[in-house]
Amino acid sequence: MVQLSSTLLYIAFVLYLIGTFFFGGTIRDKKEGRKTTRWATIGIVITIVGFISQLGYFITRWMAAGHAPVSNLFEFTTFFGMMLVAAFIIIYFIYKTAILGVFTLPVALLVIAYASMFPREITPLIPALQSDWLKIHVTTAAAGEAILAVSFAAGLIYLIRVVDQSKPSKRTFWLEFVLFCLITTLGFVGVSSAFAIADYEAKFQWIDKNGKKTEAIYELPALVGPHKGTLEKESKDRLQPLVEMPAVINAKKLNTVIWSLFGGAVLYVLLRLVLRKRVAAAIQPFVKNVNLDLTDEISYRAVAIGFPVFTLGALIFAMIWAQIAWTRFWGWDPKEVWALITWLFYAAFLHLRLSRGWHGEKSAWLAVIGFAIIMFNLVAVNLVIAGLHSYAGS
Amino acid sequence: MMKKQRLVMRTVVLLLLLAAVGYTIYANFFTEKTEIKVGATAPDFELTDLNGNTHRLSDYRGKGVFLNFWGTWCKPCEREMPFINEQYKAYKKQGVEVLAVNVGEPKLSVQKFVDRFGLTFPVVIDREDQVMNAYEIDPLPTTFLIDKNGKIQAIITGTMTEEKVKQYMESIKP
Amino acid sequence: MEQVKCECGHVNPYGTAFCEACGKPLEEVEKPLLDMRYEGSARRSQTYNKTVIDKIWNFFSSVKVGVWLIVITLIASAIGTIFPQKMYLPPNVTPAQYYEDEYGWAGKLYYELGFDNLYGSWWYMLLIALIGVSLVICSLDRVIPLYRALNNQGVTRHDAFLRRQRLFSATKIEDARLLEAIKERLAKRRYHIREENGNILAEKGRFSRWGPYVNHIGLIIFLIGAMLRFVPGMYVDKVLWIREGETKEIPGTNGEYFLKNEKFTFETYQKGKENAVFNAAIDRVGSGMVAKTYETKAVLYKRVGPVIAGEEPKLKKIKEYKIRVNEPLKYDHYALYQVDFKLNELKSMSFALIDKQTSKSFGMITVDLLQPKESYDLGNGYRVELLSYFPDFYFDDDGNPNTKSRVPNNPAFVFKMYAPDKPKGEVSFVAIRQTIEPFGNNKYKMAFAGIDTRNVSALTVRRDFTLWVLGIGGAVFMIGLIQGMYWNHRRIWLKQTNGEVWLAAHTNKNWFGLKREIQAVIDGTGITMPIDQAEIAKKAQGGDEHGTA
Repeated sequence: MVQLSSTLLYIAFVLYLIGTFFFGGTIRDKKEGRKTTRWATIGIVITIVGFISQLGYFITRWMAAGHAPVSNLFEFTTFFGMMLVAAFIIIYFIYKTAILGVFTLPVALLVIAYASMFPREITPLIPALQSDWLKIHVTTAAAGEAILAVSFAAGLIYLIRVVDQSKPSKRTFWLEFVLFCLITTLGFVGVSSAFAIADYEAKFQWIDKNGKKTEAIYELPALVGPHKGTLEKESKDRLQPLVEMPAVINAKKLNTVIWSLFGGAVLYVLLRLVLRKRVAAAIQPFVKNVNLDLTDEISYRAVAIGFPVFTLGALIFAMIWAQIAWTRFWGWDPKEVWALITWLFYAAFLHLRLSRGWHGEKSAWLAVIGFAIIMFNLVAVNLVIAGLHSYAGS
Repeated sequence: MMKKQRLVMRTVVLLLLLAAVGYTIYANFFTEKTEIKVGATAPDFELTDLNGNTHRLSDYRGKGVFLNFWGTWCKPCEREMPFINEQYKAYKKQGVEVLAVNVGEPKLSVQKFVDRFGLTFPVVIDREDQVMNAYEIDPLPTTFLIDKNGKIQAIITGTMTEEKVKQYMESIKP
Repeated sequence: MEQVKCECGHVNPYGTAFCEACGKPLEEVEKPLLDMRYEGSARRSQTYNKTVIDKIWNFFSSVKVGVWLIVITLIASAIGTIFPQKMYLPPNVTPAQYYEDEYGWAGKLYYELGFDNLYGSWWYMLLIALIGVSLVICSLDRVIPLYRALNNQGVTRHDAFLRRQRLFSATKIEDARLLEAIKERLAKRRYHIREENGNILAEKGRFSRWGPYVNHIGLIIFLIGAMLRFVPGMYVDKVLWIREGETKEIPGTNGEYFLKNEKFTFETYQKGKENAVFNAAIDRVGSGMVAKTYETKAVLYKRVGPVIAGEEPKLKKIKEYKIRVNEPLKYDHYALYQVDFKLNELKSMSFALIDKQTSKSFGMITVDLLQPKESYDLGNGYRVELLSYFPDFYFDDDGNPNTKSRVPNNPAFVFKMYAPDKPKGEVSFVAIRQTIEPFGNNKYKMAFAGIDTRNVSALTVRRDFTLWVLGIGGAVFMIGLIQGMYWNHRRIWLKQTNGEVWLAAHTNKNWFGLKREIQAVIDGTGITMPIDQAEIAKKAQGGDEHGTA
């Protein structure tokens, strides 16, 4: 069952990849818009088959584990990717825009690839997670975030189409920055996979924040080392950390972040050398036919649909569960606070759009920032800031 | 006319909001959130002393009660005990009673402590923390000054000098 | 009071952008399209600006101010997550020390700015309160004029109003049956239709316009709930540490309820005992390292008769319950949660009185560590007296044995041992792995013979009367949100004028859906599909898309 489950996930991943290319194929059709081309039809069929395959992964894993597979970072992030594909499929059937697939599916692919860098075993549930609210809260929150992420994809299309690439400006810089971040995720996947294949391992003895001696195993060479860390005997030949971190910061995870940035930078520089222009400028011709108003509307619509779902899952259900499991519905745990920040941000987004008329490019930038906040909550809060939710990041 | 009405409406709404915000900030930062506070009636209790006599707070109505919560391990408690003992001798005749509530330690330890300082006032043991809960005791020592009507006159946390002890007993003299 | 009378005869409040009834623009604006945001109604705040009250009102009624408040709160909240808040610090540390030690100068600054308790600070609370004020005033300021405008809207609209809608078309067509057919189709799509002189107003989903106000009311209720938290008596939050076998008063219940801890269980996931799919995960962290269950088998009692603290209570059993994480014991608005535990606290210690030389034992005593007896008779003239007892032993500054607390973490005893050959007794100081003979060499010794332990469970006691208010607030908020987000307010106007049929349409969101609907409605009727004037306007500007009108 477990084997079947991971095979299904693998199949889904490959299908999404193929689907992306088919959606990409629609770009050459001059008449983009309402009429669906054969490329797009094949693309959406492949995507749906991929989604069903991933659903199969989800169900078989659930059956194997006996609990909803949303209990650790791998499972949650994979589920987030699945919801992203689901949200895309729904939006596709409303608006019939193939170009959205060219942007959403790669994001989903990145998300799933990122997820698979975390321990993939089926973990037994700690007492705090033994509740029906696990599936209710986590799935709703992930679905909400995924729908909001579609808004990001649409916003990104809008920006790539609109931002003037003829001369460098603040807008071209930030747009490149967004693309750089996406590439960095790829960098993370690349670096982690490379060292995993090479079986790199460095064991450290270190002192944790309670003053206890603990062991840490690095799968990447330690650029930043743990608090009072020393390499153990069997790892003598491994890289000595260049900097040492205080005990409250998880040095191992920070190290991973640094490596990802490094990997991302290398990839980005290579891309720039090959393309000989900004990455966004290179993509721009592919989106020149998109209907801007429609893209803007998709971006906004995704927020309009996603915001209530997010509120329900990440705040209301979260509060109900927190009241049951942690005795209080709200405790200013970093993850809770970042869910609140996400919520406040999209609330501001909606007010700016509805009452102050921020449409078009301004709205697209906001969609991008919103997604950045969601990703920060998913990645940084789990990995860098330690809190009650940190078991999800083991 | 309409305009005046509108101004009144706005003023009322703003005042209501101001009151709500003001109350929240005030209640959160400037008030005690417990029901045990100065002016409240001291919760009644009944405990047994080392000699087996029961003491009920309400039986002391008409007298001032110097109610002290303490533990044998607490150094500040140890420091103030002789002062209380000294002043008690003087104020007992003037209608001030001392009740020292030990926070549920073994009788053996309490007895040793009492013998060591020759305490003459009744020392009772709150074996099941019931009285501690009722008085919401957090740090030790904590002393409640209870007047002849059973109302809390003052709550003192931390150790007291002999001068202070005297002053406090004076204040609850009936 | 100035009021503006429109040519259609409707009297509009001062400041109205276009007539509530017929839609004729009352103020000359250059933009090609009408700003439909608040139906052109006179937002009250913007029309009266005389007194201080008006100025304060206007300040809070601005969405711009509201958004700024949200953004400031957002940034402040983010700052609070940079370093852990005071409440998440390990116990027994001084915050001032801790932040500096852990995070250096940045931590020190963080602490000195008061960010260690950011969410409890007066200014953070004030920010939330200001958002609440903004919510109330913004809503009041908009909902009344909007209601007026939607209620007063006429069917026959002014030409200028129709022409300046985003979706507009004019078709030269004369066919009386045409409108009937369209009406039928609109009705099938659940449009509410009003007719006047052959002109049509078809409208649906108007209730979605109230969504924002409903959700704001929900938020206000939620904030009121949060405010009630500070009213004494609304909220109880206590901790009860209770040993196995103990029956204790539940703090915060005013002596009414008692709990007995029958057994505390702590279980971990063990390799081999669990579902085999967990093996890999258990291997990675180690067998027995992942917690499986924390459970207190408890019995809840209610006190019978008057409550007098300290008095031996008469108890009535109410229920038995296994308190686990995620499964609190609930009764009478109180909830008891499993939050912490301590395994194997010492309960009693046993010693044998032995002859040091021969190791011959003369009997055993067992000392209860909470209520030790003073004297233990072993028979045959052997007797032990407990002179002093230190449950949590240490040597104090004066070098005397003392106790740190009343908890038997590290018990120590001063025994006096009597034997037929030692009638005056020998004194021995006994602590864990330590025996001191203060008065020289003893013949006898209290030899450690065993311990008995038990577990201690920590339960949090909560009672929160604000929960239902918060629940209602949350529910109302969600209803409003769904109402406003998942429905939209669509209006289609049809006007017959000079042998032409004019069609104009407006929606508050989802233009794409509206366009598709219009297409379906007019399909085959010969009416021209309205053009999207927003797109035209943009193209006219040279394809520059920086925001839209």
